[in-house]
Amino acid sequence: MTATLNLAPNLDAPDAFYEALIEAHRDLTPEQSHRLNARLILLLANQVGDLAVLREALAQARAGLAAA
Amino acid sequence: MSAASADLMEPDYQRLDFAYRRSRDQDAPEPPRHPVVIAGAGPVGLAAAIDLAQRGIPVVLLDDDNRLSTGSRAICFAKRTLEIFDRLGLGELVAAKGVRWNLGKVFLRDALLYQFDLLPEPAHHRPAFVNIQQYYVEGYLAERALALRGLDLRWSNRVIGLEQAGDGVLLAVETPEGSYRLRADWVIAADGGRSPIRAMMGLESKGRVFRDRFLIADVRMAADFPAERWFWFDPPFHPGQSVLLHRQPDNVWRIDFQLGWDADPALETAPERVLPRIRALLGQDARFELEWVSIYTFACRRMEHFRHGRVLFAGDAAHGVSPFGARGANSGVQDADNLAWKLAAVLRGEAPEALLDSYAAEREAAADENLLNSTRATDFITPKSEISRLFRDAVLDLAREAPFARALVNSGRLSTPTVLRDSALNTPDADGFEGSMVPGAPATDAPIRIDGAPGWLLEQIGQGFTLLCFGVPPDAVPEEARTLLVDPAGAVPEGVIAIEDSEGLLARRYDARPGTGYLLRPDQHVCARWRAPCLAGIRHAMATALGWEMAS
Repeated sequence: MTATLNLAPNLDAPDAFYEALIEAHRDLTPEQSHRLNARLILLLANQVGDLAVLREALAQARAGLAAA
Repeated sequence: MSAASADLMEPDYQRLDFAYRRSRDQDAPEPPRHPVVIAGAGPVGLAAAIDLAQRGIPVVLLDDDNRLSTGSRAICFAKRTLEIFDRLGLGELVAAKGVRWNLGKVFLRDALLYQFDLLPEPAHHRPAFVNIQQYYVEGYLAERALALRGLDLRWSNRVIGLEQAGDGVLLAVETPEGSYRLRADWVIAADGGRSPIRAMMGLESKGRVFRDRFLIADVRMAADFPAERWFWFDPPFHPGQSVLLHRQPDNVWRIDFQLGWDADPALETAPERVLPRIRALLGQDARFELEWVSIYTFACRRMEHFRHGRVLFAGDAAHGVSPFGARGANSGVQDADNLAWKLAAVLRGEAPEALLDSYAAEREAAADENLLNSTRATDFITPKSEISRLFRDAVLDLAREAPFARALVNSGRLSTPTVLRDSALNTPDADGFEGSMVPGAPATDAPIRIDGAPGWLLEQIGQGFTLLCFGVPPDAVPEEARTLLVDPAGAVPEGVIAIEDSEGLLARRYDARPGTGYLLRPDQHVCARWRAPCLAGIRHAMATALGWEMAS
């Protein structure tokens, strides 16, 4: 079975994660926040590993943002 | 008075004046001494006073005013609060008058994003929440208080001075006929968010003030929205901000509009500004009456210590939260619930003063939990930076298609009682148990039968300790506790009350087997449990829950 992007709830503690995410950006300039986000995505992508899943996530994230 | 309101036989609590009456204490040559003086006859002070009076402790309850709350204010009263009100003798009144709801809906712009059920499990006596105006709750509490012997409720009595000396507190009180002095063994400061007593003692409640303003409107109208909590992010009728709608009794609807920090409070409460906002939500042809309008800002903060010698802080005086999550009045009533039995036990000499330190420790931890939840919700609803708003909007965007993102949408995590896991009053488990009834948890309700009639477990819990045994009783039954025996396997010992687990839910909710026993504190929290309790173990757990281990 090939892996697919999991859209079901999978976070242990959603509120605590969200708080930590926002906290990670505290006192950063928009430019620094951009860099943080880019690094974070790369770290998480490595954790996911599976290219098919990552492609699905990329498509899902891009959906509706720009003309196809 | 209109015919309709005369039929209800209910006073208009918002306009009720309670008469100031001169107390004998005002003519005493020396300040008279009382075991407990409570400052503040709001929900918290009234609940504490009733609880103490029910336990036979005389109470003087002082209020600086002679009216109940104006406007709906704290409208969402949680299941646990209703269960405490049951113990105080007014649960049925509040539950019957209140609008029951379990379902919350969250909308983004004009579409439903998701919904949540706060009481997914059937067979509980009380619903997850009722909505009811604070003046009703205060009115019912005040009526109950006035009917209790030993509870001396003094309206228009303002505390203007406080001094702790040795084994007591000296209070100066101002009345319409001048001031007088009182001595108290113990003082409960339930005098609200601006707590004059806190200020007099040079103490502070510290935390974060949020830079946002909210308009609240109570609107009277006949409308057919269901009894649910509706929360909108960025609705078409109030773009860029959030709106919350709740149904209350008497066809009154509560609407909270987020306005942003730059809103001018004086301007925004003017009808010509308020009415268009409401019409935008309800429709241009909607017929309604505006009952009450107010603007609020809020802070998430607490005092570092809730006990200062012989002064115990409770409710908003001790801690303040944002309104998202209904954690203000609900946690305040739980403060009273936690404090009253402890203070009664100390005054009767059954417990050391150290037991009152456990009030502070347990409720400080509860306040931290409430502050954490209400701060997180507020940060989501009121993003405080560009990046925070970006993530918030991304979560909302994704939530439409991706279920995981719905778990991140935070329109307020609604009040549930704190599990006092780390309390020094608990006896740690020695036996294996599953489920949520861990030491420190408030006892969950379940349907039962007693003497053949249907009822609820919590109705059978006593004013003191309760031992809840399943199938077989322990080797000997402690006479200082009320012992309930569920589905007795043999003869019922004298003094033990047999109950029937009519739907099998009681054993399931308590992960019980034949022989299992739970010890419940007077505030219904679990403090110990065993697979096979013995009298010596039960007595030791009771002593621990009374603070004797803390004192030694």
